[in-house]
Amino acid sequence: MTVPSAVDTLVIGGGVVGMAIAYGLARAGERVRLLDEGDDAFRAARGNFGLVWVQGKGQGNPAYARWTLAAARLWPAFAQELAARTGVDVELSQIGGLTMCLDDAELTARAADLAAVRAEIGGDYRFEVLDHAGVRALSPHIGPAVVGAVFCPMDGHVSPLRLLRALVQGFESLGGELCAGVHIENIAQRQGQFHVQARGVDHVAGKVVLAAGLGNRDLAPRVGLKAPVDPVRGQILVSERVQPFLRHPSLHVRQTGEGVVQIGDSKEDVGFDDGTTLAQLARIANRAIRCFPLLESVNVVRTWGSLRVMTPDGFPIYQASSECPGAFVVTCHSGITLAAQHAGPLTDWIRGGAEPVEITGFKAERFDV
Amino acid sequence: MFRTIITASTRPAIELRVDGRTIEAHEGDTLAVALLSAGVTAFRHTPVSGEPRAPLCLMGVCFDCLVEVDGRQNVQSCMVEAQSGMQVRLPTGARRAEESA
Repeated sequence: MTVPSAVDTLVIGGGVVGMAIAYGLARAGERVRLLDEGDDAFRAARGNFGLVWVQGKGQGNPAYARWTLAAARLWPAFAQELAARTGVDVELSQIGGLTMCLDDAELTARAADLAAVRAEIGGDYRFEVLDHAGVRALSPHIGPAVVGAVFCPMDGHVSPLRLLRALVQGFESLGGELCAGVHIENIAQRQGQFHVQARGVDHVAGKVVLAAGLGNRDLAPRVGLKAPVDPVRGQILVSERVQPFLRHPSLHVRQTGEGVVQIGDSKEDVGFDDGTTLAQLARIANRAIRCFPLLESVNVVRTWGSLRVMTPDGFPIYQASSECPGAFVVTCHSGITLAAQHAGPLTDWIRGGAEPVEITGFKAERFDV
Repeated sequence: MFRTIITASTRPAIELRVDGRTIEAHEGDTLAVALLSAGVTAFRHTPVSGEPRAPLCLMGVCFDCLVEVDGRQNVQSCMVEAQSGMQVRLPTGARRAEESA
C-alpha cells in the first residue's frame, strides 16, 4: 500500500459542502487533501437550484434562521473573493426573492410563516407581503394567476456550477490536493492519526471532515458519529436561453446569468433514484406557466432529477466526534446558501476555534428520542 | 449552395417571406428545405457565441434549424411544412421574452 505524505486534514466529499470547507481550511494555511468519489456519485451540488435563500428558513428553529441569515450576509464578500482568486464570476445576485402565491390562503400562510420567524429571532428580518400589483412592479411578466408574493430582500441566487468550479480552482490554487474518483473503503484512528483507505492508498491526517452527502450515513459511524440522512428527490427543467426578463428569483423559477430559465422544484421520497417523471415535470412546468405565461412557448432543453441530503428534521448536523477526536461530520441540504459560512466560521471551529453559537444545537443526538 | 434533385416539380409553387424578402418553394417542402433551396444558409446566429447555424440533421433532432415562424420563436424549420404566405424571421441571439403570438 502506497503512503502519500500526511496532511493536516482530509475532507471526504467534493460537493459544494466539502469543497467549501476544504477551500476554507486551505485558505487558513492547512495542508488539505480532498477525497471525492467522482461525478458519477449522487451529487446534489450538480443538481441543485442555486438559491441563496433566507425566507422561510428556520421556522421553529431560530438558530438555523440566524445561521442562514449570517450566511447570506457573508455571500457578497465571498463571491468577490472567489472572483479575485479564480477569475470565476459565480453570478451572485442578492436583490431579493419572491415566493409566488397562487391563492390567498397560500399567501396568508406564507406571510404568517415569516412573521413567526421574525418574532422568534427578533432584530433585523425584513420581508414584505405584496399584492398582485406589488409583485408586478418587481416582476412585470407575472400572470393573472399570481395573487401576491412574499418578498424578502435578503434572498438571491448564484450559479451552483460556477460556484463548484470556483471552489475547486481556489482550493487547488491554495495548494489543496484534490483526489477524484476514489471510493472510501475504510476510516480508522490510530495513535491520534486518521487513516483513510481509498483505492489502495492509505491517506493519513490529524483531522478528517466527513462531507460526503448521502455517503455520510455509512461513513460517520466509523469515527463515532451519526448522520441519519435520506435522499429527497427534486426535479428540474431548464429552457433555452431567453433575453433577460426575470430579475428576482423565486423558489420555483429563476433566470440564470446566461438567460436560461430554471424551473423546479419537487420533493419526492423515492430512495436512491435520481430519474425524472413526466407527471412531476408536467406539474412543475404548469405551475411555472401560471406564474409566467410567456414560458408556455419557451423550449425546454433538458430535465434532471437530483437527490437532496435530508436529516429527519431538515436541519444540519455539525458535529465533532468525542470518540475519535479530530473527526467531524457536516451535512445540510442548503450547501449553496451556507457556503460562505462553511468556508469561514465553520472552518474556524474545525481548526480548533470556538464553535459558532448558532450551530451548537445541530447534533445527531437530537434524533435519539 | 443547395439544389433539389427533383428537376421538374409537379407540386404547385408557393411564396413565403423571409426577413422581408420573397422566396419561392413548393407545396410539401419542409420549411428548412424551402430556405436551403432559396439560398439561405445561416438560419440563425446563436445566443452563446453569435456563430451562424444551419440545419444538420433535417429530421428533428439537432435543433440547429430554429427560426421564427409567424411570430412563433425558435421553431424547428425541418419539422414544419412551408405554407404560402408564411412570415419567417431568422433569429439572432436569445429569444425575446414575450407571450407567444
